Amino acid sequence: MLKDITIGQYFPGSSPIHRMDSRVKILLTISFIVMLFIAGNKYGLAVGVIFTLVTYLISGIPFKMILKSLKPILPIIILTSILNLLFIRSGEVVWEWKFITLTEDGIHTAVFMTVRIVCLIIGSSLLTYTTSPIDLTDGIERLLSPLKKIKVPVHELAMMMTIALRFIPTLIEETDKIMAAQKARGADMETGGPIARARALVPILIPLFVSSFRRAEELALAMECRCYHGGEGRTRMKQLRLHFVDLCAVIYVAAFIAGVVLTNIFF
Amino acid sequence: MAVIRTENLTYVYGEGTPFRKVAVDNVDLSIDEGEFIGVIGHTGSGKSTLIQHFNGLLKPTSGSVYIDGERLWDDKARLRPIRFKVGLVFQYPEYQLFEETCYKDIAFGPKNMGLSEEEIDKRVRETARLVGLREETLSRSPFELSGGQKRRVAIAGVMAMEPKVLILDEPASGLDPKGRSQILGLIREYHKEKKNTVMLVSHSMEDVAKHCSKILVINSAKVFCFDTPANVFHRAEELSSMGLSVPQVTRVFDRLRAMGCGFDEDVYTVGYGRQLILDRLGRANAEVTK
Ligand SMILES: Nc1ncnc2c1ncn2[C@@H]1O[C@H](COP(=O)(O)OP(=O)(O)OP(=O)(O)O)[C@@H](O)[C@H]1O
Ligand SMILES: [Mg+2]
Repeated sequence: MLKDITIGQYFPGSSPIHRMDSRVKILLTISFIVMLFIAGNKYGLAVGVIFTLVTYLISGIPFKMILKSLKPILPIIILTSILNLLFIRSGEVVWEWKFITLTEDGIHTAVFMTVRIVCLIIGSSLLTYTTSPIDLTDGIERLLSPLKKIKVPVHELAMMMTIALRFIPTLIEETDKIMAAQKARGADMETGGPIARARALVPILIPLFVSSFRRAEELALAMECRCYHGGEGRTRMKQLRLHFVDLCAVIYVAAFIAGVVLTNIFF
Repeated sequence: MAVIRTENLTYVYGEGTPFRKVAVDNVDLSIDEGEFIGVIGHTGSGKSTLIQHFNGLLKPTSGSVYIDGERLWDDKARLRPIRFKVGLVFQYPEYQLFEETCYKDIAFGPKNMGLSEEEIDKRVRETARLVGLREETLSRSPFELSGGQKRRVAIAGVMAMEPKVLILDEPASGLDPKGRSQILGLIREYHKEKKNTVMLVSHSMEDVAKHCSKILVINSAKVFCFDTPANVFHRAEELSSMGLSVPQVTRVFDRLRAMGCGFDEDVYTVGYGRQLILDRLGRANAEVTK
């Protein structure tokens, strides 16, 4: 069923990472990405790998979910590895066959890049796994709020994003229901050529559009009834506050970044 | 033979996620042909989930469903014919309307069955009459009708397939009292005319008591009981402990009994209650005049 698609991929839990402030989490994720890219040798990268592993263990996210987040980028990893292996010609030749030459440098770069990309994906998907989409947009809004000074409508953009995120599951549920109702009347969506299949979508899309517009209208009305008028002077129900966990997290990440910098200096 | 039978039917939403929820738990049922069955249960007890198994919209997590002795999901290609045999009207069916005219929308199901043009025309007009839609409404767009009329068009869309079993999920919810009794009346009319099996999910004990020959009570994903209205409403205390109730008139007579007025019979329809009181008054009058 459509339900199985995870959007926002949030995986609820109560680990320290789940409890962190979303702003801090976003900033630390960015620092983590920087950390991976300043790691200039394998020791530095090893520090990055250890960081990824430990953070993953703390988060308590099932291993299955991590694999799922890696699946879509598998082709990219394979492609870059092959390109690196084939086109880097420096260093000692390890293996040769017709036009294929594998060199030590090539293998080294391929492994290095793969490990780096995998860490990058795991680290950044930990952010979306442990933060609900609403918290995430909230955090982004707060981080971007200085841009309000130069007239960027940060609050409005964040509001639109929040509403969109809020309604995605609702729309999926609605689609599921309408599909089931039309199937109950014998609609056939699985067989036939592309044209027949496209036509079979009509009984689903029309009710879906009708109800989306109805929902949008109702929501707009409800917001107006509550005198909503944008971000000016609004307070929040959920105040973002920094806690002890956030301090620990900052120290934890800083320690690892220091580690990476040290390996760069000493090796 | 039982037209619908289930064996250890279990359905779980979101298996393997933190949102795991058992919505149907080990249900064994056997429903005979020609019955008018009421399904009651508190909100979220799993009624809608259960009935979606009967025409193969949901695949059981475990256990099996048999329609006319045929096990569902053994052969996926057989599911479509089964859906013509077991017609399902969803909760708020008016949100599934999509055609330009009501006529075309009612004809959607029969057309999918591959019937001939004349047969489709005959069925559309007949069901439209049965649900009380006028000829001129048929050529109008379903989107410009009132909620109650839309509901009728949607119900007609399923009835026009003339399914052997007709299942309706709260067909009268959100309608005014007149609309309620009209919709329920037309379902009963349809049942009488076609002699097929009808299953009615409802939150109204009065409606269920009035129309149904048997009542299926679902409590927290399990079958609590499946019995005649008299036997079901006899267990008033258990029903109220699970957030359900008995018809108002049953409560009135329970109270009368507690007050020592000596009504021994179980009363669950207003008609029968009135009969009893009139009988009693008649006897009293006869004694007075003697
Ligand atoms: N698509 C879904 N995904 C996850 N859980 C669901 C889904 N649909 C229903 N549920 C859950 O399954 C349980 C049974 O739901 P169901 O809709 O069958 O109840 P119901 O008896 O029809 O209730 P109502 O009287 O309100 O219509 C509920 O607890 C509900 O939260
Ligand atoms: Mg329901």
